[in-house]
Amino acid sequence: MIRKSIQSRRARETRLKIYGITSICFALIMLATLLISIGLNGYSALQQAYFKLDISVNTEKFVDDSGAPDNNKMNLFNWDGLVQSALREFFPEVKDRDEKKELFAIISANAGYDLKEIIKKKALGSGSHTLSVWLHLSDDADQYLKGRLSIDIPEKDRRINNKQIAWVNSLVERDIAKLKFNKTFFTSADSREPESAGILGSVIGSALTLFVTIMFALPLAVMAAIYLEYFAKPGKITDFIEVNVNNLAAVPSIVFGLLGLSVFLSTFGLPRSAPLVGGLVLGLMTLPTIIIASRASIRSIPPSIREAALGLGASKMQAALHHVLPLATPGILTGTIIGMAQALGETAPLLMIGMVAFIIDIPTTFTSSATAMPVQIYMWSDSAERAFYERSSLAILFLVAFLISMNLLAVVLRKKFEKKW
Amino acid sequence: MTLPLSFVFFVLLGLSVYFYYHAKSGIVRKAALLSDRTKALPSHYGQQSFLWAFIPSFLILLVLTIGGPNYIDQIFYNKIQELNPTFNESFVSLILAKVINVSNGKISTGEENIIMLAKDYKIAFEQLHFYRGLVVILCAALLGMIISYRQKPGSNAREQVEKFIVNIFFASAVIAIFTTVAIILSLFFEALRFFNLYNFFDFIFGLHWAPNVAIRTDQVAAEGSFGMIPVLLGTLLISFIAMCVAIPIGLFSAIYLAEFATPKIRDFVKPTLEILAGIPTVVYGYFAALTAAPFFREIGFSLGLDVSSESAIAAGAVMGIMIIPFISSLSDDVIRAVPQSLRDGSMGLGATKAETIYIVILPAAIPGLVGAVLLAVSRAIGETMIVVMAAGLSANLTVNPLESVTTVTVQIVSLLTGDTEFDDIKTLSAFGLGLALFFFTLLLNIFALSISRRLAERYD
Repeated sequence: MIRKSIQSRRARETRLKIYGITSICFALIMLATLLISIGLNGYSALQQAYFKLDISVNTEKFVDDSGAPDNNKMNLFNWDGLVQSALREFFPEVKDRDEKKELFAIISANAGYDLKEIIKKKALGSGSHTLSVWLHLSDDADQYLKGRLSIDIPEKDRRINNKQIAWVNSLVERDIAKLKFNKTFFTSADSREPESAGILGSVIGSALTLFVTIMFALPLAVMAAIYLEYFAKPGKITDFIEVNVNNLAAVPSIVFGLLGLSVFLSTFGLPRSAPLVGGLVLGLMTLPTIIIASRASIRSIPPSIREAALGLGASKMQAALHHVLPLATPGILTGTIIGMAQALGETAPLLMIGMVAFIIDIPTTFTSSATAMPVQIYMWSDSAERAFYERSSLAILFLVAFLISMNLLAVVLRKKFEKKW
Repeated sequence: MTLPLSFVFFVLLGLSVYFYYHAKSGIVRKAALLSDRTKALPSHYGQQSFLWAFIPSFLILLVLTIGGPNYIDQIFYNKIQELNPTFNESFVSLILAKVINVSNGKISTGEENIIMLAKDYKIAFEQLHFYRGLVVILCAALLGMIISYRQKPGSNAREQVEKFIVNIFFASAVIAIFTTVAIILSLFFEALRFFNLYNFFDFIFGLHWAPNVAIRTDQVAAEGSFGMIPVLLGTLLISFIAMCVAIPIGLFSAIYLAEFATPKIRDFVKPTLEILAGIPTVVYGYFAALTAAPFFREIGFSLGLDVSSESAIAAGAVMGIMIIPFISSLSDDVIRAVPQSLRDGSMGLGATKAETIYIVILPAAIPGLVGAVLLAVSRAIGETMIVVMAAGLSANLTVNPLESVTTVTVQIVSLLTGDTEFDDIKTLSAFGLGLALFFFTLLLNIFALSISRRLAERYD
């Protein structure tokens, strides 16, 4: 009987272990599924369908007397027409108006604009030039070439019809259209056309925002942590501060967004969509995280260091700033990196303060309209074009890779500076 | 002459640094004259001058930079209203916005009045910038001179500097209080304005949430109804689903990691789970909307069930995955905080490891575990991006996880994104929801923290 009971008791232990292992495996599998599914969705955005056009252009129409391009004249010039007529040379059989429209739909709606920018950059002198340029195909043609648009469904449900597919195929056969590395994705800001949309604008927006966040949160948090550890007199105020810090760390991030909206935007009148406001809101949000980490780090410094300093005649302030703080710095930095990683991935508060706008320009100052990387991901995954999904996935891959390396850096820092006292 | 902000700031900084060195060498000279010794190091006198010159002037700069433009806007608002007393408030604001845009050169207009006002506006701003710079620089210079004049070798500059710094430290610690107070006040006042327009009890107990449609024409707002019960129910439903996923998996992982796992496995699994915790919520939202939702839909379809494409179960399950590492790492800490002596005692009496865990460790850790779960619930309730991307917008009063529900956070986002008027009842209702959300999570957090503290005290 005892043997039986021992058996069942052992079985219980095995069961518990199995539960544990299953749970961990489930969590890890989910992590893998998440990353792999996003990776599979996103890798193809590294490439983009381009087509090559040989264009002969007479620059006299848009350069001034010295041969420098004249912006006004360049804007007036019919670039779309130039691209379209060059494209029609490949398909002389296309005559009908509707057919022409369909043909022009396989190239990017921004092709003319892109051509203008290319020519502006080349700064051709006055006169006739022939040059070959690579321009974007439309997002539908691009998705078709990547095999992401299924051609099994009926023609009228498709975003690209049989005729257009034939044209694209013929361009590919003639080696005029092909998939190339998607440079645009890394060098431009958002756009209505997926093929011209890139992450640079949101990356810079995130960088500006995080800069404000760190400049705001780090000094305040370190000062608050030193105060709470060494100068606060035990009492109601100190207790109240501690309760507040701990609670703020668990307040939903969207509430900080509401705070930013009603205090920074509507009371202080700071500009909407600005990295300055975003940074302040995220700074308030990460402040408790950094305070808690800094306090833990300060507390891990043995009291003997401080006591030795005090014993040699240092004041409390000198002991704290000259002796404890330098030793606590690695820990504080680790906490800061983790807080910054949290701030970088945060989306909801930024939605509240209007950093969700559609912005074509790359932001340059702390008060110019900007968006941030996670918000860009959110906006792209919300839009209708299939081509935005893959860009969204690719942006996620970059964001996650960056965040993981930030966290790894924090782990490495902690390991490296971890001291056993 | 314009004095841009960065210029003023660097002049201020330069002046303060100048006074640092001025005071540092000055005090040595003074001491030599009196053939006396300084009571503190010369650099302490320098620091004192620096702080005296810099901090008050910097605060003035901050106040003028933030408050100045608002003040000018107010003046012009009144001016426009005086010119045309018949205009109502929103129209005056519209004209003001036009004036500002014209003065920035963002838009151009043919209207003479607006061009005139825009010119005045630009001049007012230039004056503001000029006087801001003047006041700040003069203030810094004056304060720096006063302090250098007053410093005597006999005064203990170090003590004074340290007192000053402690006060600054205290002020930064108090920011935590200010933030909480600001959150409560801003939510409270906006919510109060909402309850002026809409009955408080209709909001709390109302069964219908439809901010965009008018239900009755005689309604106060005639814009829609704002009963938060369906929204709250949706929030709780999704959080419940999330907890069903996260609690068992998180707890069992934590038990395994804390009690069974070899250090090698632990060193691999813990950081990997932390990666899961470090992934931004927008990524989970993307996963929920584009992978999980179609997946559940297809499973439901093959079982003959009709699953909404924005089903609560997809959002809830993905949210659960997000919360797993949160629960597992908190519980892991709690379980490891149970003293080894309890384990040894139990094992010494002949209990198996599983029995020790079930009978001794878990009961001892229960307060901490409950605390961890409550913190996780508060996180699930406040989670925004997953539900914004994967849950619906329409508020259905249902507990069916296959249907689409909406949550408090989704409603806040949908009411506040886009160009909304700040006085609109819809905008204000978002603050009502925000207040409710804040209080819910606050209660959960306070409760959770006090429970966990009790555990910590028990075994300390």
